Amino acid sequence: MAESILIKKKTKKEKENSRSTKGEIVFNFFNMAFFALITFICIFPFYYLFVNTISNNDLSSRGMVIFLPKGIHFTNYLQVLRLEGLGRAAIISLSRTLIGTILTVFGCALLGFIFTQKQMWGRKFWYRFVVITMYFNAGIIPWFIIMMNLKLTNNFLAYILPAVIQPFFVILVKTYIESIPAAIQESAELDGAGTMTVFFKIIMPLSKPILATITVFAAVNQWNSFIDTLFLMTDSKLYTLQFVLYRYMNQLSSLANIIRGSQGGSSISASIANMQTPTSVRMTVSMIIITPIILVYPIFQRFFVKGIIMGAVKG
Amino acid sequence: MSLLSNSAVEKNMDLAPAPLKKEKVKMKKGLQLFLIALPFLILVFVFSYLPLYGWSYAFFNFRPGIPLSQSEFVGFQWFKSIISNPTQTAEVMRVMKNTLAISALGVITSVLPVTFAIFLTEIKASWYKRIVQVLTTLPNFISWVLVYSVAFAIFSTNNGLLNHVLTDLGIIDTGVNYLASDNHTWLSMCMWNVWKTLGWSAIMYLAAITNIDPELYEAAKVDGAGRFRRIWHITVPGLMSTYFVLLLLQIANFINNGMEQYYVFQNAINKDHIEVLDLYVYNIGMLGTNFSFATAISMLKSIVSVFLLFFANKMSKILRGESII
Repeated sequence: MAESILIKKKTKKEKENSRSTKGEIVFNFFNMAFFALITFICIFPFYYLFVNTISNNDLSSRGMVIFLPKGIHFTNYLQVLRLEGLGRAAIISLSRTLIGTILTVFGCALLGFIFTQKQMWGRKFWYRFVVITMYFNAGIIPWFIIMMNLKLTNNFLAYILPAVIQPFFVILVKTYIESIPAAIQESAELDGAGTMTVFFKIIMPLSKPILATITVFAAVNQWNSFIDTLFLMTDSKLYTLQFVLYRYMNQLSSLANIIRGSQGGSSISASIANMQTPTSVRMTVSMIIITPIILVYPIFQRFFVKGIIMGAVKG
Repeated sequence: MSLLSNSAVEKNMDLAPAPLKKEKVKMKKGLQLFLIALPFLILVFVFSYLPLYGWSYAFFNFRPGIPLSQSEFVGFQWFKSIISNPTQTAEVMRVMKNTLAISALGVITSVLPVTFAIFLTEIKASWYKRIVQVLTTLPNFISWVLVYSVAFAIFSTNNGLLNHVLTDLGIIDTGVNYLASDNHTWLSMCMWNVWKTLGWSAIMYLAAITNIDPELYEAAKVDGAGRFRRIWHITVPGLMSTYFVLLLLQIANFINNGMEQYYVFQNAINKDHIEVLDLYVYNIGMLGTNFSFATAISMLKSIVSVFLLFFANKMSKILRGESII
């Protein structure tokens, strides 16, 4: 009697298990398919741009290139570099990213470090002074007025100076340095190290993970920045790649002129089918702008994640 | 590590008998630290506090080219004109409606990243999860100009992918220009924003889910709770506090939708529904040269956002006993 009940129970349980596994398989299948679809929607546009830039421009403009590249050639990338102003824009974008990132990381790291030093004059006050700017700003037009009065319009420094101190980065660095045992710094100071020596020789090497995080954040911000060019720069010598791309998309007729200008007396003989079109130029410039991000991004993804989680804890 | 701290303690004790000297050294050190920080604090002052001086332009009838000192002082005329001038009232109301509608859609869609995180966690294969996570966060790191370029490649009339496919399938005869259209402008702006930020916003919730005690799930399993009941009774409550903080921050930013996205997507056809406050300020101030009125709107916006922030903070304190700033 007792035995049979036990057996019955077992079989019932087994049945339940097998049923739930079946349901689970169906659920897992649809769940994974669903995420495959979302991922596809996120990635396909970039892939589409890419295959079209390396495909026969004539086929591409007739919408024949969707999944696989056809008539592969790389002249688009060579031709686009000959467009007037594009090379210069690339140099501006690269230099603002390089200089801006170095200064931002240095400034935010140093300030974050100083805010961990209890002896600093009015430490709490100055810390709040910096952090409040994250939540409050005077508005874009007043900001523009000041930039104008400071002669920072049509000035490369306008890309760099306002970005040096970013309160969010300062908070991240400060929080991180606070987790480093104070004894390390104290012993170095007793050995005669000054503030800057401690910062460079001890604090910076110990805070590599957070410095990597803010480096990537700062570089992406600089590379993607668009509004500052729009407001402050009328001199085309200071246009960035982002801004040039925007202009290419909105001034189709002038883009056609630029293309004609770059092809006159061209030594790169492109076949008729691979002649530049406004579409090919737009897509190629877009690819040039995306590529650095796609290249560094998978490597730094974990830093991004760490950064946002640390920020969340604090925020 | 312990060695280091020991020696530090010892040396500290050596210094102890001279407290006056130590105090002086401390003062000097404090000043020195302050001086190192000073250049950076000046930068913060110049770029974040000095613009407050620009508010004074809201009280003048300023025209670019003429210095402020020679402009006519008009007091609160620009502020009054928002209410007293019917055309301006209508304009501001239209812009406010766009701003609030797009922000409201943003609040509604804020549950999507939560759902994304919950269902992604249900996938067992960690390699699959990682690939999905990496690829879906990518759009967050490209600029709005590039998003627009992507939109152009897919939705434009002549060379857009969608139009090519639809005409080839015979669904439509002539190309439809999805970008130069004023249908569902708010919704499409919201959807572009979701496309760009979904994977990134989910990261926070994914992290929060890993912090939930696994024993809770084990216990629920033993009690016979199925997958969905476990999600509903354990995961969802476990995410509520994170969701709540982010929601309050979103409310604090209700009228700050930024202008980059709307600027790149705007055109003559959708302008009526895409102009949010920030974009409107740009359009009237920088393009329309009504500088002083734009400054007045800018100023009001900043003040209202501060109130919203305090409100959100207060709500957080009442409901959670913790402030968000």
